[in-house]
Amino acid sequence: MDLSNFFSIMRGEIILTVVIILLLIAEIAVKNKDKIIYLALFLFFVHTVIGFLGVQEGTLFGGMFQTNATINTFKNILNTGVLIVLLQSTSWVKNKMTECNRVAEFYILLFASLLGMYFMISAGDFLMFYLGIETASLPVAGLAAFDTFKKRSSEAALKYIFLAAVTSGVSLFGISLLYASSGTIYFSEMTQYLTNGNLVTLGFLFFITGLLFKISIVPFHLWTADVYEGAPIGVTSYLSVISKGASAFILMIILYTMAKPLIEMWREVIYILAILTMFTGNLFALRQKNMKRFLAFSSIAQAGFVILGMISGTQIGMASVIFFLTTYIFSNLGAFGVVYAIANKTGKENMDDYNGFYRTNPLLSILMMLALFSLAGIPPVAGFFGKFFLFMSAASEGYYWLIFIAVINVTISLYYYLLVVRAMFIRPNDNPIPFFKSDWAMRLGLLIPAAGILLLGLYGPVYEHINDLVGMFLK
Amino acid sequence: MNILTLLVIIPVLTVLGLIFTKDHKQARVLSAIGMGLEFVASLVLLWMFFKERGAGNTSDFLFDYNVMWFKSLNIHFHVGIDGIGVLMILLTSIISFAGVFASWEMKDLAKEFFIFLILLATGVFGFFIAQDLFTMFVFYEIAVIPMYVLIGIWGTGPKEYSAMKLTLMLMGGSALLQVGLLGVYYYSGNAAGLHTFDISELSQMHFPFAMQKFFFPFIFVGFGVLGALFPFHTWSPDGHASAPTAVSMLHAGVLMKLGSYGAFRVAMYLMPEAAVYFADLFLVLSGFSVIYGAFVAVRKTDLKYINAYSSVSHVGLILFALMMFTKTAFTGAILQMISHGLMTAMFFGLIGMIYGRTGTREIYKMGGLMKILPIISATYVIAGLASLGLPGLSGFVAEMNIFVGAWENPNLLNRIFTVVAVSAIVVTAVYILRVVGVLLMGPIKNDKFNKLHKVTWYERVVIILLMGSIAGIGLMPLWITDTIREGLIPIMERFVH
Repeated sequence: MDLSNFFSIMRGEIILTVVIILLLIAEIAVKNKDKIIYLALFLFFVHTVIGFLGVQEGTLFGGMFQTNATINTFKNILNTGVLIVLLQSTSWVKNKMTECNRVAEFYILLFASLLGMYFMISAGDFLMFYLGIETASLPVAGLAAFDTFKKRSSEAALKYIFLAAVTSGVSLFGISLLYASSGTIYFSEMTQYLTNGNLVTLGFLFFITGLLFKISIVPFHLWTADVYEGAPIGVTSYLSVISKGASAFILMIILYTMAKPLIEMWREVIYILAILTMFTGNLFALRQKNMKRFLAFSSIAQAGFVILGMISGTQIGMASVIFFLTTYIFSNLGAFGVVYAIANKTGKENMDDYNGFYRTNPLLSILMMLALFSLAGIPPVAGFFGKFFLFMSAASEGYYWLIFIAVINVTISLYYYLLVVRAMFIRPNDNPIPFFKSDWAMRLGLLIPAAGILLLGLYGPVYEHINDLVGMFLK
Repeated sequence: MNILTLLVIIPVLTVLGLIFTKDHKQARVLSAIGMGLEFVASLVLLWMFFKERGAGNTSDFLFDYNVMWFKSLNIHFHVGIDGIGVLMILLTSIISFAGVFASWEMKDLAKEFFIFLILLATGVFGFFIAQDLFTMFVFYEIAVIPMYVLIGIWGTGPKEYSAMKLTLMLMGGSALLQVGLLGVYYYSGNAAGLHTFDISELSQMHFPFAMQKFFFPFIFVGFGVLGALFPFHTWSPDGHASAPTAVSMLHAGVLMKLGSYGAFRVAMYLMPEAAVYFADLFLVLSGFSVIYGAFVAVRKTDLKYINAYSSVSHVGLILFALMMFTKTAFTGAILQMISHGLMTAMFFGLIGMIYGRTGTREIYKMGGLMKILPIISATYVIAGLASLGLPGLSGFVAEMNIFVGAWENPNLLNRIFTVVAVSAIVVTAVYILRVVGVLLMGPIKNDKFNKLHKVTWYERVVIILLMGSIAGIGLMPLWITDTIREGLIPIMERFVH
């Protein structure tokens, strides 16, 4: 194996590993734990910047590991998301975690999970894929339990780890069935053996269960609300955007490349799951009062829209899903950021507590409104374009009734998003949350999503760039 | 710079400027300047339009401005305007300019109020000039969504309920619209195999009838929800009754016209055969809302509800006229959009002035206002007369065209419904004259009302602007009808087989 190839193709993974090791050393060497926070921020920022420099395309280890411009772009999007999560979590880590001396752990676990996602989306065979998905999910369980003094937090971690173990078992079983019918574990070789037989169908469905669990597609969504509610907010936003985004991305790559011969079969599956997921997420979100649970169900509904976009199986499908995921990452992090900022200062997480919030904190309220409108898909913010293009991709293959059901769901979702707007802008409150100022990290962590929400859609070249990359990828 | 993009840029800059204003005085002055400039720009546009036409430019759309937005999807930001659009722009700028003065005394969160109000106006301006369905859809939703906050914060009565109902119903309509637009997009295809949202390109294509039959209801009903098509009109009375004055003016005055304009300009223009196919169904529905709105208005005692149901009736008349497929009726429909826009804005403005003074909108609690508030009351009477179609005012011109045009259609069902719709004018007279009798004439029922303050200068601006336009159309209808008829030429070609 050519060593220089190894370093250039796996550059992102190697740098992230180095960052993790440096943080481990810092944990031992640095006395002042506050410094570790800034060290982690700085290192990850450098890592993100290097990621944007582009990467050499190619495969390693005989095809186990692959990377190209599209995959790298998606890693960059994930990096940006993680950077926002880190900025938003800074004050929480500083206030809560320094005293129990678990600063470095937080970053190490988070980065380790991200590393797992890198391997997962770069996977070229089932082995690497399984390695990646497990590396990604184990640290998350640790992260979910980070508020050890809260019972709910441990409960969330247990729920997550049990269900993740079961689904990854099912997924492994699927992989073994696929292996039994084809005799290979490489995605590229697998394609020719995938014909519509019972064994293959069963194996494939079992296999994608692991991913559907991560994206929280109904009926694998039951963990979502409880885990989102129990975990610390930074971890929740990580789960809801980064973990979900990466899993949706690799699911799409598998569907569009390896499982292309099964397209008639998985289209039916996606058709049904998308409808179930949208309705379940939206209808449950209507009654939620806790903002974290609220955003959990909203994110289930959004997952339904994501897989709806995949149904076309063409270039516009892939481009629109990646574009939608990008807008979704920014909008959801914007919404979570505001919830986080409020919870940090006041400890309040209920929708009723937000009554009259605009009159005391106008900027945060405006950001929250923009983020929610973006999630609901209202112009001129980014989410509108994301959703419109998703529907365009489904329409390109003639799924008009599915779009009809989806737009009904958009209308339902608008109702509960407007409930939050109503609380902040319309409802009077004698005792509103008083005015507060967040620290610079939080403000920066809110500014980046805000800029993304406002500009991503209106600025056409972003979508065009993604579309060009996807065109090269699918060739 | 293109004059049409200027129409969008001015309000956007006004909104951005408003963010930095410090108190309600600065906010209202800036809004007045912004909307004043917009008014001037639309007058300049009118002048330029006639100059171009006079110079012999006969292309369907003038001042064309087309930039690529999303290349791979062939989505453009494309604006252009014809005679009908020019008039709608003029209407919008008059009403939004008047709307700023109608909310001159707004103090609670005034800055935010003007920001959302002008955002709404931006959407409307953009909608009327859009030549690309995607651009149009973006502006359409921008126009609808600020209503939620505007009614929710500054409204009266059951405002939370009304705001939610209005927003969800209208966004539900736009959801249907979205399905229809995607259908149109994917059934289009030029020689290069590119799909398009461009209206003029789409109008060159012939869609198969089966496709038209499937997607026409989506687009027509989608726009029809905003155009108060029965049975999707229920958001309108609640929404208008709860909204603050300027919002009611803008919403009933122009926003509802987006619905009928879109139904005409997109649904019927692009899918003429389906329009004819579905004509009877929508004729019955719109004819019903003409009658139904008028009768409900008779029973209501809240001024805003009376006017809101009267709006349902009058806006129903627009869709009714569109289902006649004659040039005269189409002319009448466009005229009715303008005329009703001005009248209903005038009514809501006046109701706001009365409510601001008396604190009630129940007509039986007031009386004899003519003695106390002569200017407002006299204007109310004139607007009422315009509404029931007195010659010399705008309502007569519009309704005359509609009913003459409707009778030109020899279909029996159309004739029956024409007779029914004409009879609604009588009912209109009942509720208008009842209000005039109870509210303006008679004894003063409450001693407190003797000390109501006189009409202020900014209220005069509202009255002069709107009354001047209503009388202007009524006295000089020909230049408007000529402009409309010229704009209708390409549309009429679609219905001749």
